Amino acid sequence: MSSNLASIEITVNGEKRAVHVPPMKRLLDVLREDLRLTGTKEGCGEGECGSCSVRMNGELVNSCLVPVLQAQGARIQTVEGLAQNGEMHPLQKAFLSCGGAQCGICTPGMLMAAAHLLECNPHPSPAEIREGLSGNLCRCTGFARIFESVVAAAAPTFKEAHAR
Amino acid sequence: MSAHQKTRVVGAPVHRKEGTDKLLGRARYIDDIEFEGMWHGATVRSTIPRGLIRSIEFDRRIDWSEFAVVTAADIPGENHIQLILADQPCLADGQVNHCDEAILLIAHPDKRKASEAVSAVHIEYEPLPPIFTIEESEQQNVVVWGADNVLKSFLLEKGDVDSAWARAAHTVEGEYRTGAQEHLYIENNGCIAEYGKDAGVTVWGSLQCPFYVHKSLVAVFDLAEEKVRVIQTETGGAFGGKEDYPSMLASHAALLAMKSGHPVKMVYDRMEDLAATTKRHPSRVRHRTALDADGKLLAMDIDLATDGGAYSTLSSTVLSRATLHSPGPYVCPNVRIRSRAWATNTVPYGAFRGFGAPQAIFAVERHMDEIAAEIGMDPVELRRRNFLHDGDTTATEQLMREPVILDRLLDSALAESDYYAKRARFSIENNKNAVKRGMGIAAFYHGSGFTGSGERYLNSLAGVDVTPEGKVRVLVSSTEFGQGTNTILTQIAAEAIGLDYDDVMMAPADTRIVPNSGPTVASRTSMVVGRLIERASKQLVARLHEEAGLGERFTRDEFFEACNSYRKVKGEVVSLCRYEAPPGIYWDDQKYRGEAYPAYAWSVHVAQVAVDTVTYAAEVEDFWAVQEAGRVINPVLAGGQIEGGIAQGIGYALYEKVLLQNGHMVNNQMTNYIMPTAEDVPPIHVYFEEIPFSHGGYGAKGLGELPHDGPAPAILNAIRDATGVGFASIPLLPEDLCRGLSVCESVEEPATI
Repeated sequence: MSSNLASIEITVNGEKRAVHVPPMKRLLDVLREDLRLTGTKEGCGEGECGSCSVRMNGELVNSCLVPVLQAQGARIQTVEGLAQNGEMHPLQKAFLSCGGAQCGICTPGMLMAAAHLLECNPHPSPAEIREGLSGNLCRCTGFARIFESVVAAAAPTFKEAHAR
Repeated sequence: MSAHQKTRVVGAPVHRKEGTDKLLGRARYIDDIEFEGMWHGATVRSTIPRGLIRSIEFDRRIDWSEFAVVTAADIPGENHIQLILADQPCLADGQVNHCDEAILLIAHPDKRKASEAVSAVHIEYEPLPPIFTIEESEQQNVVVWGADNVLKSFLLEKGDVDSAWARAAHTVEGEYRTGAQEHLYIENNGCIAEYGKDAGVTVWGSLQCPFYVHKSLVAVFDLAEEKVRVIQTETGGAFGGKEDYPSMLASHAALLAMKSGHPVKMVYDRMEDLAATTKRHPSRVRHRTALDADGKLLAMDIDLATDGGAYSTLSSTVLSRATLHSPGPYVCPNVRIRSRAWATNTVPYGAFRGFGAPQAIFAVERHMDEIAAEIGMDPVELRRRNFLHDGDTTATEQLMREPVILDRLLDSALAESDYYAKRARFSIENNKNAVKRGMGIAAFYHGSGFTGSGERYLNSLAGVDVTPEGKVRVLVSSTEFGQGTNTILTQIAAEAIGLDYDDVMMAPADTRIVPNSGPTVASRTSMVVGRLIERASKQLVARLHEEAGLGERFTRDEFFEACNSYRKVKGEVVSLCRYEAPPGIYWDDQKYRGEAYPAYAWSVHVAQVAVDTVTYAAEVEDFWAVQEAGRVINPVLAGGQIEGGIAQGIGYALYEKVLLQNGHMVNNQMTNYIMPTAEDVPPIHVYFEEIPFSHGGYGAKGLGELPHDGPAPAILNAIRDATGVGFASIPLLPEDLCRGLSVCESVEEPATI
């Protein structure tokens, strides 16, 4: 059935990757199954929960809704690409100290949404944080400590690292 | 244990033990794990609510030789999931009793082929009449379970209720209803099973209670206990939804592993998880209450009914907790509670954070506000006049020995929320605004640990060991699923031994490695298991003092040196402790009387709500939660538990509706089962009063379930304050508000059931 496969090249977390997969395979499954990047999670499979959020060419997308063909040539960033040189991203540090992660299953998607938010808007207001994270469901925290984590990561001390 | 005991690690906001792995995306949840040669399982489920299975046919267009197929006939042992009663089959055999009941299992190396094959199995049924509501079950025209549809009943009597009515200055009646609620953990149920003729069954899974799963597998496979091994993997939320269901799923995956000769993974997608797994019990509670002229309670006559679904599963213990929480945190000389769990032809209802208490507390706390309105008293004052205090006895004649500080919690909640000033201001503003605001309160307790004799029966064992590599490990079957088990228990061990937090780790939650410290449920982990870890840790140090020459004061290096010399003599360094009930705790199962819980956590919630009388949207604008749950072991995690529980409680009150048609959940997607998002949850102000409980881990009491008990009544009480209409049923959706505020009478009830 190789005729039904497409050759897809994507840059994932800065690294060029090539896969040979059905063109309609979900980006989520390509990341998890073909590239073994299992940090990105599936929660609902229909774009409601945001657990599969990744960044594609600088945009926040639900990778469960993206056929991989659509990602041809794209730059993809997943949770595995947040930490740099063994150093956690400011958001990861803030989530750890503020209690922004409980069961952790929404966390990778939440981190990507938060990273996207801060890149677009380095000093979001509380309402902007709520709006920015409203596509990502968390059933454990009630969101309060996630908001706190984003605020902590957006604080001046983290600004430089976050500008990356 | 004094209130001022100095601690280094306990009480500190140390980071979540497994937090770094979760944040880096390297924590391994069940669906992240692949085995060589692994197949994928799928389930053929009943499409009717009740009936006899007449035939099962396999579509000839599929080459079934590629598949492994399992029916009830393949089960080597008992075709029952072991819980309290063994009435629920692992696979339906001849008859189905609810939609989405598992009938047949399929496995294939290709996940997509496995799920596609489900629709190629054709089942013919001879339908039997189903029932779907408490009322239909009560009528007993159709009996679907046992002799009378009653899964369990309790009768609790204190004093003489019948003689109180004549003396009463006021008698107030009310009926309150709660709907089902879905856990909506973001990680669906899932597991992987492996089977070997000699090795037996090994299961990895997203689950709360490894030994529950173990017990079921032993029975289903008729294997010796040592031939069954259950390992919990990182678990993405549970809330009770992974208490009993994993026993079913693990059995299914293991049967397919046996049949196929391959490891088999079964991870539900969202639609299957929502349709087929447990939910919170719907309830109907009727109150009849007698009060004297001063608003003091004279008698409470409570009739409580829950819908248990098609099999008994945990309904009896959920009903027990509901019963014991139904009188609220009040003193009343005459109490009668008659409670029953009714069978219907829906997916069995199960454990969900609060375990019957949220239903019961919704009713009594809504009822208190209706009483207050009826007798013309301030709802705060009515509660205050009737609060339990230490020295009082509860409905089960349990003497409150530990301090009860409800008055203090209430004062604090009123002050922090500016309750009276806001009510006064809103009552003026509401006259001229389309958006009506109100304030509502709820006061409640939550019993920590298993109900009644439960902890004695569990007889939990837990402890610590020290590895040759120089790590202390906590040995428990208590699992982490976001609530903080790993962090809390390692904090307690580090504190008790005198080490740093980083010196202590968790042993894997693997039934072959850890002792049975009981299930991870019932807000028991910090209090009961935490206490065992505290004792075992101190016992370890004492042994090292006596037998390995460890000095009274010691450094970290001296501790591990002492462990090494102890190991040379004894072979291993391990210290285990078994549960001991606090003195004076006695529960009479026959009379349903005594110490219902070893300890209670107490709380007062205040909700500020805005009701838009144009759109009929109700919004929680602000929320205050004041609680006393013993010693707080980790303030960040404890705060997170309260906030998360309140968010779930807000969903329970205003958003989350399980819509059944013919007993099948039809809104089984996140698109149409609506939980609160980041934009729906208000600021939540959390305050702890700490009174260490002398028999809890470093003074801890149960915390995890408490916050789910209060939001629904507090919110509906606030809506009553805002609109003057006392709604008695949740979830309260905009269409219900519209109907209830009687402006728009043409809104029709959606077709349910």
